[in-house]
Parts: sequence; structure tokens; C-alpha cells
Amino acid sequence: MQTLFTNARLIDPEKMTDQSGALLIEGGIIKDIIYGGNPDLGVRTVDCSGQCLAPGIVDIGVKVCEPGERHKESYKSAGLAAAAGGITTMITRPDTQPATDSPETLEFVARRANKAAPVNVLPMAALTKGRMGREMTEIGFLLDAGAVAFTDCDHVVTDTKVFSRALTYARSLGALVIAHPQEPGLSDGAAATSGKFASLRGLPAVSPMAERMGLDRDIALLEMTGARYHVDQITTGRALPALERAKRNGLDITAGTSIHHLTLNELDVADYRTFFKVKPPLRSEDDRQAVIAAVRDGLIDTISSMHTPQDEESKRLPFEEAASGAVALETLLPAALRLYHAGDLDLPTLFRAMALNPAKRLGLSSGRLSAGAPADLVLFSPDTPFILDRWKLNSKSKNTPFDGARMQGKVKATYVAGTLVFEAP
Amino acid sequence: MSFSQSHLLGIEPLSPSDITAILDLADQYVDLNRRDIKHSDALAGLTQINMFFENSTRTQSSFELAGKRLGADVMSMAMQASSIKKGETLIDTALTLNAMHPDLLVVRHPHSGAVDLLAQKVNCAVLNAGDGRHEHPTQALLDALTIRRAKGRLHRLSIAICGDIAHSRVARSNILLLGKMENRVRLVGPPTLMPSQIDEFGVEVFDDMREGLTDVDVVMMLRLQRERMDGGFIPSEREYYHRYGLDAEKLSHAKDDAIVMHPGPMNRGVEIDGEIADDINRSVIQEQVEMGVAVRMAAMDLLARNLRVQPPDVMA
Repeated sequence: MQTLFTNARLIDPEKMTDQSGALLIEGGIIKDIIYGGNPDLGVRTVDCSGQCLAPGIVDIGVKVCEPGERHKESYKSAGLAAAAGGITTMITRPDTQPATDSPETLEFVARRANKAAPVNVLPMAALTKGRMGREMTEIGFLLDAGAVAFTDCDHVVTDTKVFSRALTYARSLGALVIAHPQEPGLSDGAAATSGKFASLRGLPAVSPMAERMGLDRDIALLEMTGARYHVDQITTGRALPALERAKRNGLDITAGTSIHHLTLNELDVADYRTFFKVKPPLRSEDDRQAVIAAVRDGLIDTISSMHTPQDEESKRLPFEEAASGAVALETLLPAALRLYHAGDLDLPTLFRAMALNPAKRLGLSSGRLSAGAPADLVLFSPDTPFILDRWKLNSKSKNTPFDGARMQGKVKATYVAGTLVFEAP
Repeated sequence: MSFSQSHLLGIEPLSPSDITAILDLADQYVDLNRRDIKHSDALAGLTQINMFFENSTRTQSSFELAGKRLGADVMSMAMQASSIKKGETLIDTALTLNAMHPDLLVVRHPHSGAVDLLAQKVNCAVLNAGDGRHEHPTQALLDALTIRRAKGRLHRLSIAICGDIAHSRVARSNILLLGKMENRVRLVGPPTLMPSQIDEFGVEVFDDMREGLTDVDVVMMLRLQRERMDGGFIPSEREYYHRYGLDAEKLSHAKDDAIVMHPGPMNRGVEIDGEIADDINRSVIQEQVEMGVAVRMAAMDLLARNLRVQPPDVMA
């Protein structure tokens, strides 16, 4: 069956265009894009009434708390949240309890996910057993079981020999390794970024330099091993020249950042608001601006939600003791639209970072508006204002830093392989 | 005399007139405390609970005495020994105590911001008796009172704060208070014990103690908080004493009438020479302890007045 989306403002991150037209899908696949008019094909039509139609978001690094902490987030609740947020593919993290580090756990995760979630779920697996940084996981078996990338999440593999062997082994299988750039000796115990604000609040802090040191080490190991490598989050200006150099030297490296580091800074923590405690900690405004510029230039490839559900108990603690992380599946797009409304990034650039680049890096055919790609689509109005109420989020955990925030931009509908999975009430 | 706050969580939210209000009232309580009958009924009928999640002898007894002299019913709880060990969270502990209807809650906690968090959850006046590395407002106020009484003013003085600034809540509160009252603040210590970007707080930073003490009116020493050290901030105690310990020679660079302060407890021979600490012409360390009781009486009295404020009678 064919469906024609008419009167759409088409956001094409491949051609980097934002123009009106129509989009034809058939059998879950994009069939054709017609710019400048609304042809009468005699098929079922969806009138987009001038709203934006973009490729669905591909979000690398979503934490769903199955197995282990299902009270914080399940595949069902995360899937609903993702659909409501215009995310059509969740790339899930292995920092579950126990860690997703064996083919058996991965198969459990994949089975649960595909049964419960209305969007695509592709799991990542741990790089080392138990994310302990000592022995590599069964990378080959895990690839066969469907792992799309290997990461120990926020655990840095400190043993350089272990890490270099894992990178070498992963390269032989063509597996993508995702790492968290941080010098753990400096960041141990830190709850904030060192600087005036952390000094005033008396919080243990980490120098932004720790991120560059971690990245520098990993880049050296990449030169040594030639592995495929992606940095989960670059959040400081000082790390950018190293990234730029590594790309120029032809290493197989890409980098991401989180929506929170793009839209918030350390001062938002204010009077010890623990919903603003994320890992790495929020940075200075200068760093935020530098990271935005890097996304604009394409030096930073991807933007992720870094969705990390935490229950009330683990956040209602003194700042140092409180858990890190924020839920963001539903706020990723409206927060990203803050950058659009502020004139920092245009819509094609945003969708290049949120859909096209992550899909390309993982070898997926989604993330683009072109014939033959899956009809994973998000229809949204970029201007609709609203005030976020955290209790209305679909996630089981409500730890969003945007509670009560004025935001602009609402998802109207989300399609996965041409099927409507979310429609705004 | 007006005081704008409903809690005393730190120096940061206080205005200069709030600070002056506390110090002026504290002056009166100094007089009371020197009488034979050291009693007032300012807090009669009110309940004060001291919750100390971290060891304290001096601050806790000072608060306890202050409450008792003002006629409050005072209870002190050593929180390390109690429910925390049983896994109860800070907020649950606070809610439990809140249900007992205290009027004043005095809290010390090892983590920065913990007292702010607690103040959001209870409906009584909360006094911060030290939270992590953040603030220790009554210590800064008692230091200010000591300086004002010794120097006759609390503005346009040159004051050196020396030692472990990074781990010190006393230093943070003093930097804020002395800055608000328009003094020149100098920080003296090894760079490993300085918080990052501290120079943006409107202070001058020195790593040479003789240079830092030159012509100052007040020398404020800090305790070298060995229990907070992860290790490796300074090479050794004896090198620290050699470079940053206050002795007669280093003190000679300050003004002739400069006073010496220390929040206690002192490590004699580590950050301060015993003879200087005991020199009644220079050291005001004992006065600081005395001012502590008076300042805490004043702070609790002012907060209690705000508790008792009734809506104004518009017909009167």
C-alpha cells in the first residue's frame, strides 16, 4: 500500500535541504520525494499541513534498565517515550545489571526489546566482561547475536594493554568500539567541572582537561590498532583540536555529544539541583559554544540523548552522593530545537547529527529521506510552545533537567517502517 | 534591626545589613554571657535540634550552649551513630525529626549542599553548621565579630587567609563575608590547596607567605585538614610548616598590630607556632570561641523572630 505525505516541510540531511514537497512511501520503504508540489497519485494521503517531516532519530547510547532495574525503565516505557520523542531507532547501552556482556544476555535483551518496544531497538554489548576492563567479551559471538557496537559505557578501560588488544580484535571483525574519553585519575569522585562555580559550591571537580587526556590516549591507540572507533561524548572545547587532527590523519574516528551538554551549562546546577548531575558533568558556557560550533562544522558527528533513567531515591540525595544521568528520549528533539530557534544550528544540520550520521556510522540504511530507505519518519511542528511537565513523560523515571522549562517544538507523529507508532493527542 | 532570611544556610545569600544585624545583636549577647546570670528567654518554648553528621566538639557545644542560654529546649544527636548506619536517607531522617516539630535545626554534614537539601524538606529554620567544602556561616560571622571588636571596624581591612583553602568551608564563608563588607582579602597557601579559579572571587592569591602577609591587619590561619586529604597535596608536614606555618618571623611582615586568628582545633607546629597561638597580644583565638557562642545566640534569636512574625495588623 502506498501513502503520500503532502504539504510537508522536508528536512533532508543528505542534501542538507529544508524545503516543501511530498513524500511517497510503499511497504515501509521510502519510494519517492517530490519537491515543490503535491501530485495527485490517487493513493492514501497524509496532509502534513506545512509541518516538518524528517528522518526518524537514531539515538546512540540509550539506557534501558532491563535486565536489573526494570522499575527505572523497561523496554515498553522506553519504547513509548522514544516514539513520543520522534526516535525511531534506539541503540541501547550494555550498562545493565548484569552487564550485557554475553550472547545469552544480548539475546534476552533483543527478544524483550522487539516484543515490547514500538520502535527499532539495536543493542550494544560490553567491550570487556562485566565492564570491568580486564578481559574482552566474546566480540564475535556478540556480533552474530546482533550487537551493533561495543562499549563499556562510562567505564574507561584503564589498562592500556587490555584496551589495545580489544581494539585490535574488534578491528579484525570490523566491530565498532565506542569509548568514554576521560582520565579516570583526574575524574575520580568528581561531581562538577572545576572552575569558579564548583569552587563556590564546594563540589569535588574534574578539570575539563581530563577529557582531552582520555581522547589523546585513545587516538594514540587507534593509530596503533586501526580500529573503528566512536567517542560517546565530546563536551569540552579543549578536546576538539585533537579530534580534528585525528580525523585529518585519516583515522577511523567519529564523535558524539549529548543534548544536555549542548543546551545546558554548569550554572544550571544552581542550588545543587541533582537532576542536572550528568556524566561527564555540565561544562562552562565557553565549552558549550565550542561544542555547538563543532556540530555545525561536522567535526562532532552525532547528538545523543544519553538517556539515563534514575529513580527519585537515587536523585534525592546530597549532590555528591546523587546518581548521575537524565532521561531525555522525549526531550531530545524539543531541546535540540532550542539550538534551531537560537539560530545556532539549522534543521538539516540537527538531523544530520541525530539521524543520518548515527545511522551511517552503524551501517544502517535509515536516517535519511531518500528512495529505498526505511520509512522511519518524524512529523513535528518546530514552533509549538509548551511547558514541560515531567510527570507526563512516558519514561518510568522522571529525572529530566527540563521540568518546568519552556520549550518549543512538538512531535505530531512518528512512523517506523511506514507504521504509525505515535500520534500527538 | 531586620534580618531577611528564614534560614542561615550560608553567607552567600546574606546582605551586608543582614550581617550587621547579626553582629550588632551578638555584641549584646557578649555582654550577657559575661554576666553572672547568663540567661535570656528569647527562645523560651522553642525546640532546637542539633544534627551532626560529622564529628564536632567545638561547634556542637557552642550551638548547644547558645540555645540553652536563650532558654530553648536543646537536643543534640550524633547522627553517625544512629539511623544513617541503618541505611536511612538524609531526607527520611529530616522528615522524622520534622514530625517532632522543632523550631530550629542545626545541621552539619560532610557533603556540600546537604544542608540546602534538608532545608527544602522541613518547615523550621535551618542553620548550617558546616556542609562539606561549601560554607560554615556561623564561623565566618564569629570571625567577623572578633575582627570588628579588635579592630573597631569591619571594612577596608587587609586580611590574609592562610593554608588549606581548597578543603575549607571556613575559608569560603570568610571570603564571601569579608568581600561583602568591602575588605581586601588575600589567600596564602600552596597552589595544590587552592580551589580552581579562586582568583575570580575578588581576592589576591599568594604562594609566598611572607609576601602575602606584608602589611595585613588580620592573619587568619586555617587548620590543615589532614583527614580530608587524599594524599599528595603537600610533600610533608615539616616542609609545610617551614613554608606556611605561622611563626614570629613570618608574622613580622604583617602590621605591628595585626591579630592572629584560627578557627580551631589547632595543629601546633604544623600550621601555627605554639608561642604565637598563646601570645595574648596577638592571638584572638580564645575570643573567637567566646564570640562563637554570642553569634550563634544572635543568629538563632533573629531566625526565631522571623518564625514568630505574625501577619501585620492593617487596622492598627
